Amino acid sequence: MTTESGADSEAKQPQENKETEKAKAKAAEPTSPQNQPEELPAAAGHSTPARKEQEPQDEDLVSHRSSTSRLSRSPLRGVKKVKIMQCKVTLLDGSDYTLNVEKRAKGQVLFDKVCEHLNLLEKDYFGITHRDVENQKNWLDPSKELKKQIRTGPWNFAFNVKFYPPDPSQLTEDITRYYLCLQLRDDVVSGRLPCSFATHTVLGSYTVQSELGDYDPEELGSDYISELRFAPNQTKELEEKVMELHKTYKGMTPADAEIHFLENAKKLSMYGVDLHHAKDSEGVEIMLGVCASGLLIYRDRLRINRFAWPKILKISYKRNNFYIKIRPGEFEQFESTIGFKLPNHRAAKRLWKVCVEHHTFFRLVSPEAPPKKFLSLGSKFRYSGRTQAQTRRASSQIIRPAPFFERSSSKRYNMSRSLDGAPIMENHETLMKDSASDGAAKVIAKGDIITTVTTEKKAEEEKAEQEDAQMDPVVTAEPVVSTPLRHDTKTDSEQTDFAFDGEMTATESEADDDSEMRTQYSFIRRVKGENVFIKHSNLMLEDTSPPSEMVKHQTNISELKRSFLETGDSTPGLTEWEKRLSSSPARSPRTDEPPMIEPLDTEDEEPAGEETKEVVEPKATKAPGYLVKYVVDSITTSSGPHGISLSTTMDDDVFMDGTLREVEEKTPDSQDEVSERSMLKVSPRTVIQEVSQAISDKKGTLIILKDAEDKEEGKETSAVGEEEELVVPGEAEAQENEVSETVKEDTSVVLEAKTTIVKMPSLQMEIKTDDMTQIKGTGSPKKAMASWISDEAKTEASEIISVLTKEVKEMTAPDALQQKAEVFTFREFQTEQSKSSVTQITLSESSTTSLAVSTLGWVSSSQKTSDEPEEKEVVTTETEAVPEPAPAESTGPMIVDAVDAGTKETPVVHTETKTITYESAEVDTNGDVDPGVLLSAQTITSETTSTTTTTHITKTVKGGISETRIEKRIVITGDADIDHDEALAQAIKEAKEQHPDMSVTKVVVHKETEITPEEGED
Amino acid sequence: MANMCPYGSFTHAVVRGIPETFGKPVGDGHENGEISVDLAKAQRQFGCLTGALRQKVGLQLIEIPPDPELPESWRIEDVAVIQGDTALITRPFKQQRRSEAEAVRRVMSELNLTVVEMGTEEGDSGGATLEGSDVLFTGREFFVGISSHTNRRGAEVLADTFRDFAVSTVPVCGGARLKNICSMGGPDTIIISSSDGAKKTLRMMEQLTDHHYEVLTVPEESAANCVYIKGSSSRDFLLHRPADECPDSVSAFQKLQDYTLLPTACSEPSKLGASLSSLCLLINRKHTYF
Repeated sequence: MTTESGADSEAKQPQENKETEKAKAKAAEPTSPQNQPEELPAAAGHSTPARKEQEPQDEDLVSHRSSTSRLSRSPLRGVKKVKIMQCKVTLLDGSDYTLNVEKRAKGQVLFDKVCEHLNLLEKDYFGITHRDVENQKNWLDPSKELKKQIRTGPWNFAFNVKFYPPDPSQLTEDITRYYLCLQLRDDVVSGRLPCSFATHTVLGSYTVQSELGDYDPEELGSDYISELRFAPNQTKELEEKVMELHKTYKGMTPADAEIHFLENAKKLSMYGVDLHHAKDSEGVEIMLGVCASGLLIYRDRLRINRFAWPKILKISYKRNNFYIKIRPGEFEQFESTIGFKLPNHRAAKRLWKVCVEHHTFFRLVSPEAPPKKFLSLGSKFRYSGRTQAQTRRASSQIIRPAPFFERSSSKRYNMSRSLDGAPIMENHETLMKDSASDGAAKVIAKGDIITTVTTEKKAEEEKAEQEDAQMDPVVTAEPVVSTPLRHDTKTDSEQTDFAFDGEMTATESEADDDSEMRTQYSFIRRVKGENVFIKHSNLMLEDTSPPSEMVKHQTNISELKRSFLETGDSTPGLTEWEKRLSSSPARSPRTDEPPMIEPLDTEDEEPAGEETKEVVEPKATKAPGYLVKYVVDSITTSSGPHGISLSTTMDDDVFMDGTLREVEEKTPDSQDEVSERSMLKVSPRTVIQEVSQAISDKKGTLIILKDAEDKEEGKETSAVGEEEELVVPGEAEAQENEVSETVKEDTSVVLEAKTTIVKMPSLQMEIKTDDMTQIKGTGSPKKAMASWISDEAKTEASEIISVLTKEVKEMTAPDALQQKAEVFTFREFQTEQSKSSVTQITLSESSTTSLAVSTLGWVSSSQKTSDEPEEKEVVTTETEAVPEPAPAESTGPMIVDAVDAGTKETPVVHTETKTITYESAEVDTNGDVDPGVLLSAQTITSETTSTTTTTHITKTVKGGISETRIEKRIVITGDADIDHDEALAQAIKEAKEQHPDMSVTKVVVHKETEITPEEGED
Repeated sequence: MANMCPYGSFTHAVVRGIPETFGKPVGDGHENGEISVDLAKAQRQFGCLTGALRQKVGLQLIEIPPDPELPESWRIEDVAVIQGDTALITRPFKQQRRSEAEAVRRVMSELNLTVVEMGTEEGDSGGATLEGSDVLFTGREFFVGISSHTNRRGAEVLADTFRDFAVSTVPVCGGARLKNICSMGGPDTIIISSSDGAKKTLRMMEQLTDHHYEVLTVPEESAANCVYIKGSSSRDFLLHRPADECPDSVSAFQKLQDYTLLPTACSEPSKLGASLSSLCLLINRKHTYF
């Protein structure tokens, strides 16, 4: 069994040690231009051990290159350089295998190469893992590009067993069993697979037999056994017992010993159970174990529940919640849904994926096809490999003679460590010893490829003889060592770039729980506490800029950034966003929220950011027509009678993919600077959904803009080491270019928080709150939720709201059509706006009596808000999104097509920019009130590399009440893999700490990403 | 697992005689106040049981002499949970019973079992209580009944002791102890009473297990507790309550193919809430590794 997060704290340390050692070893080695020496991590005394190693040195290389790659991509330069990445894969015997793959290669390529190296045919049980920034183990998706899966850090991987065959004797080849044994030994030694003393003895004895052969006191000596590891806490007594048993195995072949080993291991209750930390609906710490037969629920060591795959109808996740929908029992009438809380969103997603894969592998005959959808909010993720049934069939066809393979190497492994950094404290020393001892590898840089020459090529050569089709010659089996390339001393640029860096770092080192979790919680908590609703939001995606226009583009970005900062000054109350948004039908709070709620099947969700609401499946009577689009996630593929449907509420990748784009041609105004990037029109509703999800999921993607690795590099250099600068000539350039040239993905997150410290409470807010509760209170007979899910009430809200939304949509659709693909003028906005308010009214009329009260409340407030835009002057919004009221149904596909077309036409790097605004419901209390007398105004701006904070404080007196209004704009500009959610959350948190009464009224996310052409031209 | 051979192979049985204080209130106790038990009959029944175990089944019998100071010490099942070569000495719910463990501990050590203690009252397992009659070991996994005598912490200790196995907790509905409502009737067979509470517990067990068990339902609760032992020549023995104690259930036992049924009276102990299995600890000293 494998533990997810529990292990981390301890796991970090060994890794760190190792890195340190390696770094030292490396430091002694000559530096090649490709390979700049980095600061030694050891020296730095970092507080973030986990991150320290993450930044791959390779990144330098690559990012460096990518700064110039812009050119190579342009049609003018026909020759394309294939970027090669060096990957280090830790194999099951503890050795490292270094190989090069193209940067854009898919996971499958790497996996196949490793399997080939291992001479493994029955490979479907295995997979490749990569540890993320949080040191969590993630399975590489073979169907996705490596570079998209490795956000930061070196390209270090581990080869592991992914699906533990319940009956290993059914494996066809001994070599497969051998690798399975190696994995299990590691599971045992690391404590992931707990066993009794007796079992440790037995397993240990078979290990010894398979590795060392027959007991032979003369050859082996009396202490031979203490070199091997059998248990997390190995005692002399255990070793003696192992020896005793070993003596009785004379004549047993290694393969037989392994069969015996597996026969015993497979009976262990935690065999093949992948554990994930979670909390149940009552907040009790539990573990969720995913295994071949289903999902197991543990509390401490006790199994408290179990859901076999056939009992599970659906699995889904939303934010950090993971849900399973259970088939009704014999005596039950309804399906029930059970929710669990994972430490963070990523953990929830990881668990969901693992479940999807296990279910498919063990339960289905063939994998399900991934859902096809245009505009996807949900995950397209499906297990794409072979199922167990298929792999068994396939392996029965294996006809090669049993391959010869070397078993002895695992001795080192046994001494050294747990393979994937699992927590074994005792291993530290050996680990260090290990890495220190073999500094034999030399690194030679040639061209783009880094070769590692090792004296220990033997093993590989042997294999090469057996199989003709061997790896590319450059690849060398590398013993546990240190290729300088691998360790990376760089600090995470994410961190350094972040204003919140310090704090995040602290977080990490202080507490072991991941920072994402903390920030997320705090974010949510606050937002919730203050009852902030997202009133409107919009997403704009701009598709842009061929290389030649890069500079201009860059200007835009900075302008954009500036405008974000500036708008506040000119119109304290409303930004252009708000104005534009206000004109959209979605503007009214009432109609706004619904979309957020409706989209997901599993969802419930309310105003974004409110953590409390998790609901499960509104069984509303939603018109399917509308739903289809939004409920991307709920796509329930049921596979046979036992099938379960998998759904996610959101997947980052998908989210990105699903972004709507429109190509330049479409926008008539593309000339002017602002609209140079084509405007994206998305139905507000869709946008809102996305946004709300985004917010609630706190997903990196949302706010993501990956950028220039260059940028990262540049910043890093300045932040971290002078040495780097010296070595890398291109660096300075890179710095300059960071945004303009390479900007692959650039992010700027604008976080605008407004505080109204007043004596007069916001009326609107109050009203809304009331309404909300009313809605919640309304009972809905349609629900069939498990009673243990606390937030059921929310479902109703979502149902009701969804109905309303539909209506609104219907109303607005006509307008939308006529305006499509146009640049909106203010006038248009206004018209539209008026219409939208009409709609709102209609809504209230059409809503049922039970809703009437609340509806009225809503309408009144929404009307108020919709008035605002008229009063306000519309400012410089051009850079931002232009919301289009077109229903997503029509817009969605169209846009997607457009993008495709665009990609084909221009073999150029496309950059997509996405801007999302989150806004709370209580727009400005002062918007509709008498502006009052301005007493004082003050603007403070502070800037760091990645963040710009503008604080705008105004004091006004209105009708005898003085109001202090603090507006804080925080622009986070980041690249690559900064966790923007985290940054955002952090920013909000900070802001709130400073101003406890503050509420977040608006969050704008502007995202720019490189659109990777599918054709693969680089 | 090394010790995971099909349920039922035992070589030894440990029992403890019925003291003359049998049925007498414990300490200042009040609970058994009105129950009148026949000491001589109880001792006879005890004799029948041990006789069956030794002579019919062929186990080596170790009899710990009764201790009048410990009126409940004959319920030896409660004080230890044995699987493979490990014996977990439990912490019974009643304070007065905890000294019963001493003699049992000694025997376990003599049999070369690894003796595991539940730990001190203060430590990690503080507050943990566990009695063997709430523990159903099926050969593949443990079910621990959370009852008035056994709590979750006790179950955790058990899980920590027998790490090879899944340890699932189930509520004990109907019946004071898990083993009062169910027992093993073969390597893959669970005998369970047909009461609603027992059915609930069974459903929970079925939900929690990865394995499939045959279920033999008996109409009387007293019949649900049997002792199954696979004898030396792979013969299946089942000690069960005789027809006069559970008239409706005997026919159910007949359904067990090729079993040697050994009706064993247990009316006196059962008046005190005990049953057949309460009276003995079964041990397998022949480990088979494969």
